[in-house]
Amino acid sequence: MNNQNPLFQYCLRLADNSMILSHRLSQTCASAPFLEEDVALTNIALDLLGQASAFYKYAVEIEDKGRTEDDLAYHRNERDYLNFQLVEYPNTDFAYIIVRQFLADAFYYHLYQQLSKSKDEKLASIAAKSLKEVTYHLRHSGQWMIRLGKGTEESKQRVQVAVNDLWTYTQELFEADNIDEILLGDGIAADLNLVKKSWEEVVSELFKKANIKPPECRYFVTGSKQGIHTESFGHMLSDMQYLQRAYPDAKW
Amino acid sequence: MTVEVKNIKDQIWSLLSGIPDPEIPVISITELGVVRDIEVNKNGIIISITPTYSGCPAMKVFEDDIISTLTREGHKNIKIKTIYSPAWTSDWLGDEAKQKLKKYGIAPPRKTSEDKNMLFEEDTKKVPCPYCDSNNTKLTSQFSSTACKALHFCNQCQQPFEYFKCI
Repeated sequence: MNNQNPLFQYCLRLADNSMILSHRLSQTCASAPFLEEDVALTNIALDLLGQASAFYKYAVEIEDKGRTEDDLAYHRNERDYLNFQLVEYPNTDFAYIIVRQFLADAFYYHLYQQLSKSKDEKLASIAAKSLKEVTYHLRHSGQWMIRLGKGTEESKQRVQVAVNDLWTYTQELFEADNIDEILLGDGIAADLNLVKKSWEEVVSELFKKANIKPPECRYFVTGSKQGIHTESFGHMLSDMQYLQRAYPDAKW
Repeated sequence: MTVEVKNIKDQIWSLLSGIPDPEIPVISITELGVVRDIEVNKNGIIISITPTYSGCPAMKVFEDDIISTLTREGHKNIKIKTIYSPAWTSDWLGDEAKQKLKKYGIAPPRKTSEDKNMLFEEDTKKVPCPYCDSNNTKLTSQFSSTACKALHFCNQCQQPFEYFKCI
């Protein structure tokens, strides 16, 4: 299972991140607070699923061992997934869904700007395509942050609690390991230091606009690039993988 | 390019121009700009298509429709290639296609160069209502029944309508 090709690993991480966030959002289908938001969240999930599919397809092409995108998406175990712990965070309440999305969208927005200049043409083209979609996502989640942050006492309190809780999961977005460094040296990977700088700017600008207090965080999680996950992740996978486990290689 | 190959390409293009978009049937897949290239060689035909949005569920329908249309006209060995670059843009919709959208009740996209939306500001530019042309409209949601459209509401004629998003 362990494939040491850095570009394969890099694509797999990108794919897993989009896939898992997409699945979390898809769980809100028919249970969002109101109809327009139900449509919005599932549309975003669909964009993310398309992006995941493009990255998985490229990963299996690099690997060239006859695996398919479905094998990667549905036939791996918990520790084989390399997504950030932020994107697997459960849909605790609407504030958590929006804050999780905003923090991730702001990351993608800057990551894909960098990655669309990658020397790897395929990665650059998927990133340039995804960037257009992510811009809409970020507008949407950002505007919700403002509405919640400037809304009622209840919404202000809830969005602040979600920001404080989820902040713990933000620093690993910018942790580079040897795979990032090898590919950055080749002009392929995004420079996570630059992404971090732009991300911090846009997030603090938004917090100001939304009257949200910047969290004072003491502790940050780490380890997703080694397959470390939170407790909820296995439960989510058992649900996500059910069909492919029960009916292996089922086709649409 | 030999004259013969050019003729085959022209014929294929005109066949593809007859295939409607499965979700917005008033415009064809060539008007939408998803057909990017036609390659004819001794091994067969390769049609390059690009998705409007990464997760667009119509892509599979595009593929099936292209293959069945060309097969019906006697073409063989047809391959579909999905490409991502250059990324699809709503600027590829021509004026004629935009008119068809409007007539169908979908407000056509403005030019990407005119789309100066700031990230976290309310969109102050109003999308004209496709039914009554009023500018007294408001954005209901950036997302609607398909990935490529947003939902608006006309305060004048009290109709909800969709706007083909500008990307």
